[in-house]
Amino acid sequence: MNTIFLIIKREYLVRVRKRSFVIMTILGPLLIFAFYAVIGWAAISSINQKKVAVIDESGRFANQFKDTKETTYSYLKQPLAQAKKQFAKSGYDALVFIPTDVIEQPKTVQIFAEKSVSIELQNNIERAISKEIETIKLNQAGITRKIIEDAKVNVDAQTFSLRETGEQNSSAIATSIIGYVCAFLIYISVFIYGTQVMRGVMEEKTNRIVEVIISSVKPFQLMMGKIIGVALVGLTQFMLWILLTVGLFTIGGQVFGDKVERGRAAMQTSAAAGQGAAVAPDPEVRQAQQGVMNNVVRAIETLNIPLIVACFLFYFLGGYLLYSALFGAIGAAVDNETETQQFMFPITIPIIGAIAVAQFVIREPDGALAFWTSMIPFTSPVIMMVRVPFGVPGWELALSMFLLAIGFAGTTWLAARIYRVGILMYGKKVTYKELSKWVFYKA
Amino acid sequence: MNILETRHIVKQYAEHRALDDVSLVVPKGSIFGLLGPNGAGKTSLIRIINQITAPDEGEVILLGERLNPDHIRHIGYLPEERGLYKKMKVGEQLLYLAQLKGLSEKEAMEKLKIWFVKFDIKTWWNKHIEDLSKGMQQKVQFVATVMHEPDLIILDEPFSGFDPINANLIKDEILELRDKGSTIIFSTHRMESVEELCDHIALINRSHKVLDGPKRAIKEQFKTHTYHVEYQGTLSDLPSAFTVLSTRPIDDGFLRADIQIPPDAAVNDLIRHLIDRVAVRSFGENIPSMNDIFIKAVGATNE
Repeated sequence: MNTIFLIIKREYLVRVRKRSFVIMTILGPLLIFAFYAVIGWAAISSINQKKVAVIDESGRFANQFKDTKETTYSYLKQPLAQAKKQFAKSGYDALVFIPTDVIEQPKTVQIFAEKSVSIELQNNIERAISKEIETIKLNQAGITRKIIEDAKVNVDAQTFSLRETGEQNSSAIATSIIGYVCAFLIYISVFIYGTQVMRGVMEEKTNRIVEVIISSVKPFQLMMGKIIGVALVGLTQFMLWILLTVGLFTIGGQVFGDKVERGRAAMQTSAAAGQGAAVAPDPEVRQAQQGVMNNVVRAIETLNIPLIVACFLFYFLGGYLLYSALFGAIGAAVDNETETQQFMFPITIPIIGAIAVAQFVIREPDGALAFWTSMIPFTSPVIMMVRVPFGVPGWELALSMFLLAIGFAGTTWLAARIYRVGILMYGKKVTYKELSKWVFYKA
Repeated sequence: MNILETRHIVKQYAEHRALDDVSLVVPKGSIFGLLGPNGAGKTSLIRIINQITAPDEGEVILLGERLNPDHIRHIGYLPEERGLYKKMKVGEQLLYLAQLKGLSEKEAMEKLKIWFVKFDIKTWWNKHIEDLSKGMQQKVQFVATVMHEPDLIILDEPFSGFDPINANLIKDEILELRDKGSTIIFSTHRMESVEELCDHIALINRSHKVLDGPKRAIKEQFKTHTYHVEYQGTLSDLPSAFTVLSTRPIDDGFLRADIQIPPDAAVNDLIRHLIDRVAVRSFGENIPSMNDIFIKAVGATNE
């Protein structure tokens, strides 16, 4: 037991001390932070106040343009030609000309600017004018704005999941995102850390140190020590990422104040709503997004976060153990990196398949496909994580976990049998037939 | 007293039987040469003694007990294929290997200090293995093999990769370790080092042991009762019991003859006959070299 601890310690320290580990661990959160910071800055710079001059010949729009954080309006009493001449020196960003006959011919409104006018500003002005014209025309027809407001119904469907515990507000979007992100993290980490195990085994084999080591410890101890050591490296990296990211955003939040928060919220909601645009120009749209955001926050609050975290850790470790054992066996069987390809391929098919299937599972988290793929140990770490945020019956979760435990016990057993023969086999081109023979060799 | 005994060891790999009924006895305090052509089964046997693999049949007795995991710290093993973790520092690596052998960190540190002074490699402690030359790496590996003061040291081709100066250093270490009470099993193809160092040998060929025992006894067994004489004059009409195998001129008019006598004849008779006939400069027995014995024994079993 002491020796396996020594091996774990070495495997862990060697990796954690590596420059690449330190760089990745620090750079990861920094990149995420920088990504948000850039968007934050974009949001901040877009709310630079713009000064707009209005020449209202119709006389109907006095005080119809409301100053906002983004734009201030002032009304000029001079003719258009004069204003245009003085524009360069006036300090205005844009000049709006509203002709007398605007109600009959709304398309005659003109906007002048030194550079081109932002779509946002143009939209705001157009909306203010059209709204006013609308009101005027409605008034002429004897309809007040109030009637219209009453007639407008904003349908914002909230989704509810029915359970024994009662109705709970849930947002399918938030749940899907959380599930998919967890599943994807497991998928990525199985690859990253599984490959690390494989490289580690190969290094020992090609360095020939393995013979010295296994004259002191059992091959199984060496293999498990490596697998556990790398698992701890993975957990350390996740923990540091979470801590650093939270830390950076806390500090960043204090430095940039609520501006960054706003930018971030805008960015998150737009992402959540599946839109590419980072900045929401329209107050109504923004309001709607705020609504989505609130939904998301509410949904997250109703999710069983401790269960999700616990499941994530279990399926991360289970999936990693299952696959890294196989990766370790590959490392033991081959002599060099190029030979790994032929064996990597069949092993990675199920997990790549799982991440592909995950997209269908999100749409139908309780379907037959979802059920079966979340039971098979090779796909369950990914699929079950997609399903967990939607809520999975306890017995299904227990069965899936049990099967995964059997799964990794099985692959570890298989891998250990290939490993103990493979590490001492040099210069032999290995085939599947050969591998299957190794499994049945006596120790 | 014997430190190691293997009894009727059989090891079977798929279609290939690597060891077939191999029984050996290694006396305590000896330098035991384990000889044999490539692929004879030496490495398989060494791996069994190191508990890297287990025999299919037979048993190994070490220090009076059946081989068990507690024996690991009593054995030091230098494999033919050397290897260390390239990215690890020398000191760290040796501490790690010593601890795997069951030493505490403190013990390991104390023992390592002695070796670092002895080999004059104190400045290497914080160097990465990959920054050392091949010969330097070999030295580190040798330290790794013996630092836990094992009772049984197994060296597979220990001199390969060493320059003559370092090879000599290692040879002196081997002798010193023997004098301190360790037993050394020494697997090699180099017959001159067997000649020089070993007092016992075993020869394995094609999975079978073909020869074993004290080196002297084996030489005795393989001797051909042949003597050589360097002389001036004409060597003729020796009694018919003595067969002159060959005669060839050497320097300054001297000749050298190889003469075989019957196993039961006295050497003194031959000397007497020689003195009567020629002027003798030197006389001696042709003792078979390990090389001769190796070729002869392997050749005989291959037929």
